[in-house]
Amino acid sequence: MKRTRKLAVAGYIGVVVALAVLAGRCTPSAPRSARQRGGATSDAAVAAQKVYVAPGDLDAYYMFASGGHSGNVYVYGLPSMRHLSTIPVFTPYPATGYGFDDVSKAMLGNLTWGDVHHPSLSETNGDYDGRWLFVNEINGRIARIDLRDFKTKEIVGPLPNVSGNHASSFVTPNTEYTFMATRFSIPIPKGTVAPVEKYATDYKGVIAAIKIDAKTGHMTPTYQILMPPFDYDLGDAGKKVSDGWMFFTSYNTERGIGKLEVTASQRDRDYIAAIDWRAAEKASDEGKGDMIGGVRVIDPRKVPGLVYFMPCGKSPHGVDVSPDGKWIIGSGKLQGVTTAFNFEKIQTAIRNKDFTGDEDGIPILKYESIKEAEVPVGLGPLHTQFGGDGFAYTSLFVDSAIAKWKLGTWEVVDKIPVSYSIGHLAAAEGDTVSPDGNYLVALNKLSHGRHLNVGPSQPESSQLIDITEEKMKLLADSFTEPEPHYAQIIKTDKIHPIEVYPKEENHHPLAVWDVKDAGVSHQAGKAVAKVVMVRSSFTPQAIEVTEGETVTIALTNIEQTTDELHGFGLLDYNINVVVDPGETKTVTFKADKPGVFAFYCTNFCSALHQEMQGYLIVKKK
Amino acid sequence: MRRLLDTLNRHLDIRVGLTPRLLLLAAAALIGVTLTLPLWNLTMFAPQYPEGLRMDIYAHELQGGRNGQDIKEINLLNHYIGMHDLSNEDFTEFKWMPFALGVLALLMLRSAVHGSMASLVDAVVLFGYFGAFSLWSFAYKMYSYGHNLAPGAPVNVPPFTPPVFGYQQIANFEVYSYPRAGTYVMLAAAVALVVALGLAWRAGPTQAAGAGRVSTATG
Repeated sequence: MKRTRKLAVAGYIGVVVALAVLAGRCTPSAPRSARQRGGATSDAAVAAQKVYVAPGDLDAYYMFASGGHSGNVYVYGLPSMRHLSTIPVFTPYPATGYGFDDVSKAMLGNLTWGDVHHPSLSETNGDYDGRWLFVNEINGRIARIDLRDFKTKEIVGPLPNVSGNHASSFVTPNTEYTFMATRFSIPIPKGTVAPVEKYATDYKGVIAAIKIDAKTGHMTPTYQILMPPFDYDLGDAGKKVSDGWMFFTSYNTERGIGKLEVTASQRDRDYIAAIDWRAAEKASDEGKGDMIGGVRVIDPRKVPGLVYFMPCGKSPHGVDVSPDGKWIIGSGKLQGVTTAFNFEKIQTAIRNKDFTGDEDGIPILKYESIKEAEVPVGLGPLHTQFGGDGFAYTSLFVDSAIAKWKLGTWEVVDKIPVSYSIGHLAAAEGDTVSPDGNYLVALNKLSHGRHLNVGPSQPESSQLIDITEEKMKLLADSFTEPEPHYAQIIKTDKIHPIEVYPKEENHHPLAVWDVKDAGVSHQAGKAVAKVVMVRSSFTPQAIEVTEGETVTIALTNIEQTTDELHGFGLLDYNINVVVDPGETKTVTFKADKPGVFAFYCTNFCSALHQEMQGYLIVKKK
Repeated sequence: MRRLLDTLNRHLDIRVGLTPRLLLLAAAALIGVTLTLPLWNLTMFAPQYPEGLRMDIYAHELQGGRNGQDIKEINLLNHYIGMHDLSNEDFTEFKWMPFALGVLALLMLRSAVHGSMASLVDAVVLFGYFGAFSLWSFAYKMYSYGHNLAPGAPVNVPPFTPPVFGYQQIANFEVYSYPRAGTYVMLAAAVALVVALGLAWRAGPTQAAGAGRVSTATG
């Protein structure tokens, strides 16, 4: 009895000990890699010093981040990561009255949204020159923002034949061209119908060239190149030795339909299209190609020597040209390696006709002949940016990390985890011929748990990383407006914006600079009101029109003082305009409702801002 | 008394020497220079104007900082308290001051050529009068701008005089009013004149013979 009891006690203790041991080995609350994450974060005090920009002090860099389907471009200051301003591009933005006045309304056309992806700063000799910012949008459009006033000045498109303009708006090293490319191939010209089963033969992609005027930045769509029905995804312009070439990645070279996540992921290698744009320009100038949808479309089958396919594994996303132009870095997003192609070898292969076949008449270069290295960066490589001293930084979506590796030796030297699921990354001037090599921003798709809970619509996260040392160090998290795809980071001394529109430059035919000239005139069913806005009144204070008249209100803000913006919000007519100092804007509408409607200054201007108001009086017919 | 008048008469007949004449020439040249320089400056700072609003007063015009923009801004702000716009047209000074300065420079040249103590005294006295009157005129202008406020203005402030010289806080503005290069050059001209007068006076009538010889030779 005593013995059994002893045994039972021993057994009991044994079970408890075993349980205790097991308990100690149960599922941890955090992954082992969490420790590593801690190590990659900079010492808090050091990091705080590096990102702290004292009140009144200025940041060292501008970051222009695409706003994705918000249709905007967001401007941030680095290293503080403070949001400085929003540039509305493809969508109305009441805060600045964009999309309400006649000019911006006409620019937007019938589309009130756009999916902004890739900002591209204008370049001179492969370096940012701070003149313009181009951004693409999925509905076949590219916009030009003038960095003199940070305003959208021009939108081209929707372009004929282009469907789903994602691989855009990468400019050439002297801003000669920007391009659009099809992501969702369709039968062309638009309006043609073919069953989706005929995708492989009847659907087409195009790559469209848009010439940029060197002086004005004005964009003129020129030729297009007919391409097989692949999904063209991203691009980059060759520079220095590879100047004259454009590179575009593609996926679904399987020409699959149905569930693309399966059908488009069968091949081990898809292609990067290499385009000799100077040769294409020449062919276009010589009148080669056929008119499709009203534009000149060159078929590479009929005009050989313009396009070549570089095999790149697997379903490549980003393609990025190194600062010296020698290496073309293609990242197969379903692979664990990124591929470095040698531009010289590409040229040799083209000369030697080192082809393995063709796709719709476009020669396929032999992979082994053009590949220089496969760099084992990690899982899901997407995009590569460059730092100083020949280092490259590749974003790894699947790994949620950034790999740092060396051009030439192809060694991976460091890796930093990011939070989480990084898409693009942007290094300071990191896609130019002379990257600055100090800051890197990870543009992450997911941010869960790293910010105050704001409900199910979670903000995107952007993380600032110090790349001045051997090891990358995380400096700060920030939560950027949805949804940053790509961003570009430019030194502040390259941009010289104005603060007011100089009076001498205002040549608007309806501008009035003196209250004596303000007033309303009527002619043939049209009313034109010339209105002066100045602290703190509108002149005239009452605008009288007759029901049925088409009314144009021309608003001139005669201020020449920084920050003295005036707004014009007209109740019940859905009109809201903001006029900057020295600017004239017009708004045109039909006075279809009789009555008295108040208008007022929406943009706070002065101590007597509340008194800045007036009435639109629409008399009954 | 009579002796004093005699002394004065004798002194007024003095033919001044070379140095005083050169000083007169210099003074005339300096007067010419003042026409191109700002005489006075008013600068106003407020929290929202950290760089200040600046206004330079020349003999012939007002010049606002930032290509004239600052004066527009000052006027814009002043309309809230019913102050008249500052405009060149409202300053009769800008018409008579360059003219008066020209006359003074000519008087100095005349005195340099004639070399008579009487003409030198004329120049000094008239220049002094001009300076004093100009200052009074400027002060009066300041006073009237601050006191003739339109009655229906949005903001009622008690009448005030902006500073003529020095610093003053007016509502949210720190206002600084100080002479600028033109005034200092004018002061230099005044010093040149006084020194010329002093030298000539001290040399006294004994120099008259020598100076008279020159005069006879030329006359």
